[in-house]
Amino acid sequence: MISFINRYGVDAYLVISGIAIISIFLFLAIFADFVSPYDPIDIVGEAVQPPSNKYLMGTDSLGRDVLSRLIHGARTIMGVIAVSTAVSMVIGIPLGLISGYIGGIIDRILSVIMDSIYAFPGLILAIAVAAVLGPGIYNAAFAISVVYIPTYFRMIRGHVLSLKESLFVEAAKAMGATNNRIIFRHILPNTIYIITVIFSLNVSDAVLTEAGLSFLGLSVSSPTPDWGFDLRNGQRYLLSGYWWPVFFPGVAIILLALGFGLLGEGLNTILGGEGVKSR
Amino acid sequence: MTSLKVYIVSRLLLTIPMIFILLTVVFLIMRILPGNPVLASLGVKATEEDIQRISEQLGLNKPLIQQYVEYIGGILRGDLGNSLIFGRRPVIKEIMDRFPATVELTIGGFIVSIMLGVSLGIFGGLKPYSRRDTFIRIFSIVAYTLFIPLIGLFFQYIFGVILRILPIGGRIDPLLAPERITGLYTIDTLLTLNILGFISAIRYLILPSFTLGLVLSGVYVRLVRSSLIEVMSTDFIRSLRARGVSEDIILYRHALKNALIPLITMMGLQFSLLLAGAVLTETTFSWPGIGTLLMERILYRDFTTVQGIITVYAIFVALISFIVDIIYAYVDPRIRY
Repeated sequence: MISFINRYGVDAYLVISGIAIISIFLFLAIFADFVSPYDPIDIVGEAVQPPSNKYLMGTDSLGRDVLSRLIHGARTIMGVIAVSTAVSMVIGIPLGLISGYIGGIIDRILSVIMDSIYAFPGLILAIAVAAVLGPGIYNAAFAISVVYIPTYFRMIRGHVLSLKESLFVEAAKAMGATNNRIIFRHILPNTIYIITVIFSLNVSDAVLTEAGLSFLGLSVSSPTPDWGFDLRNGQRYLLSGYWWPVFFPGVAIILLALGFGLLGEGLNTILGGEGVKSR
Repeated sequence: MTSLKVYIVSRLLLTIPMIFILLTVVFLIMRILPGNPVLASLGVKATEEDIQRISEQLGLNKPLIQQYVEYIGGILRGDLGNSLIFGRRPVIKEIMDRFPATVELTIGGFIVSIMLGVSLGIFGGLKPYSRRDTFIRIFSIVAYTLFIPLIGLFFQYIFGVILRILPIGGRIDPLLAPERITGLYTIDTLLTLNILGFISAIRYLILPSFTLGLVLSGVYVRLVRSSLIEVMSTDFIRSLRARGVSEDIILYRHALKNALIPLITMMGLQFSLLLAGAVLTETTFSWPGIGTLLMERILYRDFTTVQGIITVYAIFVALISFIVDIIYAYVDPRIRY
């Protein structure tokens, strides 16, 4: 670890702090039932109690414990992000591989379509899909996955275009390997590091998109604990000076997005080779 | 023809299919995805006849291809159908009522983000890898993850609730609202010499613009920083230094001119983020733009208006990316070849 820091300087810190933040939220999400002091949907005391020893982050407008909702909210957002990211990867990566490797008319058509969707504002696309499908966790996950398919597609395709010309692909071809084998056995493993970087930068973005959707009321429905949704519910009471139902879930959103952002940022420089500094 | 004209024409030929594909995607989302807009707009108590009637009214019982042709044809004529609620006004009118507010907010947010981005980028980029540069780099990462509603509410709390110096919702003091000329209050109040109105419009614009601009500034900070570092290490800067040109003149007259060119492309790419951010900013500040209109109509299940707004967003995005490319080609002639 020390040599890792020495070698990569600032970027090593970015990666380490990113992983630390993500691990904390992952821990909260997995062990939510054990760590949270109260049930997230139970009314445990009077409404809008300020943070105290009894309620570490206070209570919300209905008298529910903000900390418990924050902990269980981690589970909600992580679940939505996991499902949506998996869907975007499963669709985006193979399409990118095939499009980049085969080229020709299929590549042209796919690229134009993906580029157009990519140019469209992500959150608004997600809003449109979620509005048609109606509110709900799985609908939100699907809406978010649509937004990020083009990102995976474009990155992978671009990378494949350069890999295609490399010697090892030439060699595999000369030995008579089939296209399938070349794409999935030779090219795919070489795109793994790119996938890691896009993954973490994308998830950072997806966290904000999920939070945005639920802030706009298009994701979960009450009383499910969800950061964006809780933020929206707290908004009305903020003007009376009750900052805690808004502050804590909001900070959680930023921290989680930041965790993935830092990780992706650091990995990008380290894996891209720009981060190695001469000392 | 000059090379710029050739470039404009070729770029235009690329924009048309892009708009077309975006509109097709919008159409597919609205029609193919499971979820029945008619049933949704009527609620669970809908009778079979009602469903039939509304479907016919919306043309949803026709074959998909015909619906598609009618949808595209309508857009070409500037017709987005009629709203399903509130006196069934034409959707295009509903949108045009609210569109200027969104334009005003995005311009405000854009100006703030560029000002922050350029000044902080220069601040960091002039002393690369120093402590202050590391701080600026971290700022650029953090800024991007700032969740707009939280920042907006934070500003509301500080400036509206505690300090009580800035308004936290709406566009202008209702008593000072100008008559509609362009729909941009800051411009309309100036045109009608309504100075108090202008001040009020600016005061209402400050918090939303800073919220939106702060979040979007991160990308510009990073870009200005890295491109300034690159330009400062080139030979022509070194020879300027050798000739004894002062650092200020090197920076402002020579280096910045080159370092800021990539900013133009980034503005185009950032535009869609600006629009998406505007939806959240509008909702947070009850700003009466098309973002809040979209959310209202989703709530009322006004299917045609929702479709119309998404369509307008699509066209808007494509046009802006076209314009930015042209500006870029104009500023940097190398692009045209």
